[in-house]
Amino acid sequence: MLRQGLGTNITAIVNRLASELQNTPFYNDFLADVQTTMATQNFNKERFGAECYEWAQGTSLDTRLRNALYHLMHVQPTLLANPDTPRHVLKEPLTYIRKAQSAWERRLVKCVNSMTAELGVPLSRRRTKQEKEEFSDRWASLSTEETDLTMIRPVYAPKDFLEVLASLRNPNYDEAVEENLWGSIQLPFKVNDIKGLVELYGELAYCCKHTGLDEAVAGEYKTNLTLAEERLILGQKVVERNHGPLSRELIKSGCPTSLRGVLWHQVLGLEITDKHYKHFDELVQAVLQHDLLVDKLIMKDIQLTASNDDQYFVFEDILFQVLLCFFRDTEVLSHFEHSSASPPLAVARGNTPSPDALVAYPPCGVIPFHGFTMYAAPLSCLYEDPVPLYFTFREMYCRYWYRLHIVTSHSQGAAALALQFELLLQSCETRLWQHCCAMSIQLLPIVFKWIVRAFSGYLVPDQLFHLWDVVLAWESLEVLPVLALAIVSFRRENLMDVTSQQGAEAVLADITAISVIPLLKLALAADRGRERDP
Amino acid sequence: MTARIAYCTDMEKSVLSNNFEKRGWIQVGPDDEWNFYWAGAQTCRSLFSVDSGYRMNDNQMINHFPTHYELTRKDLLVKNIKRYRRELEREGSPLAARDATGRYIHLDFLPTTFMLPADYNLFVEEFRRNPNTTWILKPAGRSQGVGIFLVNKLAQIKKWSRDTKSSFNPALVKDTYVISRYIENPLLIGGKKFDLRMYVLVTSYRPLKAYMYKQGFCRFCTVRYDTSGQELDNMFVHLTNVSIQKHGEEYNSVHGGKWPVRTLRLYLEGTRGKARTDKLFADVTWLVVHSLRAVAPIMASDRHCFECYGYDIIIDDQLKPWMIEVNASPSMTSTTANDRIMKYKLVDDIISIVLPPDGVPNVHWNKIPANDKSGDFELLLDEELYQNSDHSATHRGKNSDRHSAPRWK
Repeated sequence: MLRQGLGTNITAIVNRLASELQNTPFYNDFLADVQTTMATQNFNKERFGAECYEWAQGTSLDTRLRNALYHLMHVQPTLLANPDTPRHVLKEPLTYIRKAQSAWERRLVKCVNSMTAELGVPLSRRRTKQEKEEFSDRWASLSTEETDLTMIRPVYAPKDFLEVLASLRNPNYDEAVEENLWGSIQLPFKVNDIKGLVELYGELAYCCKHTGLDEAVAGEYKTNLTLAEERLILGQKVVERNHGPLSRELIKSGCPTSLRGVLWHQVLGLEITDKHYKHFDELVQAVLQHDLLVDKLIMKDIQLTASNDDQYFVFEDILFQVLLCFFRDTEVLSHFEHSSASPPLAVARGNTPSPDALVAYPPCGVIPFHGFTMYAAPLSCLYEDPVPLYFTFREMYCRYWYRLHIVTSHSQGAAALALQFELLLQSCETRLWQHCCAMSIQLLPIVFKWIVRAFSGYLVPDQLFHLWDVVLAWESLEVLPVLALAIVSFRRENLMDVTSQQGAEAVLADITAISVIPLLKLALAADRGRERDP
Repeated sequence: MTARIAYCTDMEKSVLSNNFEKRGWIQVGPDDEWNFYWAGAQTCRSLFSVDSGYRMNDNQMINHFPTHYELTRKDLLVKNIKRYRRELEREGSPLAARDATGRYIHLDFLPTTFMLPADYNLFVEEFRRNPNTTWILKPAGRSQGVGIFLVNKLAQIKKWSRDTKSSFNPALVKDTYVISRYIENPLLIGGKKFDLRMYVLVTSYRPLKAYMYKQGFCRFCTVRYDTSGQELDNMFVHLTNVSIQKHGEEYNSVHGGKWPVRTLRLYLEGTRGKARTDKLFADVTWLVVHSLRAVAPIMASDRHCFECYGYDIIIDDQLKPWMIEVNASPSMTSTTANDRIMKYKLVDDIISIVLPPDGVPNVHWNKIPANDKSGDFELLLDEELYQNSDHSATHRGKNSDRHSAPRWK
């Protein structure tokens, strides 16, 4: 992150980070702790500053501060940008993309509005006392909720979004002069090619013995143990250290299953405290107070996706709770600072429309689409308690998944990832790509579904976790098109035999047997053998 | 040219016939010269009965042992396990050690069970000692959840015993019942109760050869678990049999309430830690092995036979597995797409293990399949291999650095 052109404004940025850090809830508690611990030390008055600094090195206070700073940089990446940049440019530097995203947002809002008119269901409605009681009684088993959802349709699905992306054009781009873009995505974004990806994921490609592949192999340092056992011991030490960047480094070479829950929290900077429980309770109260149209949308989505899923149907009740709370959470609005999107706004009933009376609808600012549940579903295999599940889901969404369904020029946005897949296909699987072009087969629509959901629901849970380990460890979604390419390469022979779109879809319909880490290693090492391809 | 293998089957199930057809076998009737018979329990009873006079030739294989009911009838299973434990105790084996309350430390995998009406008085004594418990009453010879109900008051039993004694209904009088301590604290996932179905293949009892299938599954109830006692009559809450759950309102035919054991393991490792999860699965294996050892001495270990059992196991909230029962004819019906795929592979792997390398059933084969034939089965134990390796070690005069394992008889 830091390498991306901070320019000479480092002092200004550091100052900004420092002042922003003082505004975080972490700071007051931390300062109190520092003062209490320092009061027990004997520092020399003249050399106070230096001694203080020396003493703090390596203590847990030092680690806490480092963690807090590390996570601040991730939660508010805009702090690292040039302080003079205007807000709208920070959100999205390209004008035409900004316009496209606004158009997309307006379309979604229109859809929700027409749904509310058609169905006669208000956007938001206060529950009656009796309804509140009934709902509260059923809170533990919302999957048996008998609301009629047959008339509810998802607002949009990934394929609709892909259509929008495929129709975008850069007005400054002259196709006659510039290099041709041969796929569906006609946006000249700068994305990493295979060489760049190999550099980025270097350790995954060459060096590490990964527990996703080599679990039963003898350990690297203690040959009497298997790699899995050795990593578990190492992992427990890392967990105790509780240092975000260190945990991240461990995950790069594979995460022991039993430590994954706690390691992900360390990497994401989540420490579940009473404050979190309190916040979740408030959200539950908010759910009981008001009945939103969006509730019906997400409940329908859960019914369509998680309830029918072989792996996650067991957890549908907890998913209902987590997702209903998510759509009430106004803290999610803060992620829009570094997103090209903006939350849809509405006027609360009875108020005159003025800029002050506008509230975000839904309160979290995100309109769900078909499959949204699947961002949360896999986490139910990691956390029994809904509170850690909720906050992990929320954090992962606000850091990574939100880019998968907005129009943005960011290198990890859906458009860039789709483009990246097409370019990788063209350069690494040229014969396959030519075959598909000849047969009018488009692989992007098939693969895009996987990418938008980050493969959730398509891979089996333990493989999905290996993939999400990679996303968290390298802090990038670029692994998604790499995996998509790897799967397509793996099934290359079958794809070369098909002659229609349906045939290609049949070949790629079931990827539950896919092993993520071996394929990623293959794909990332692939460029070395490229020239020898007949 | 090898002769074509002839198969016979009592049930028209696609997972079976597809497997037989793909090997190029031809279907014949039970009275013809068959080599491989996938039979139902009824057929086996008549085939093996002394009256039938049927003798199988050297190239015939059948999928049940003559005396399988020693393991699969609930009352006989309990009897055999109790006898096994007493024998071990008499020998002074550390396996039969008991704790201060008299419970077996290592062999406590069967919930306290009594036979009715035979042990009625013993049961009443036990019930009076622990009056706030729930018990489950099951007919000894039935399946699919038929005839099962829960009781938590002595009055309910008394009423039942009066009804059966005085009734002239032959069906009721014929059934022996077992009454077991109901596991009131099952492990709940997503608030719902489930049980574990594990498939175990036995190719021989003396020497004991058993394999466990890695792709077991959990069967979930469609309704949330309720211990308040108000839902004792609601079988959808308590009985996990798919044959019952299938008729529930909430039944979903996409997943069928079946959850792969692989995901259960992932979930338990992530939420309860590796050590406890590993112990649970080790305990399950332990339970299976000892139940087989308990019946091995009295099983007719006919070399023509093999059998695939369906073990039903309930895990309680302390992550302890309890054996509920063993099924001799686990259902070959597929309720979902994944189910079909799994059962097809199960039958495929069974056939691969039980047939000699040349693919022709042969009673003289030593029943030691090659390593690549096990498919998704894991070898639980093969007493013959163990004995052979032991002998060869002593012959060569090497010092074995294995731990001294208990001697199999």
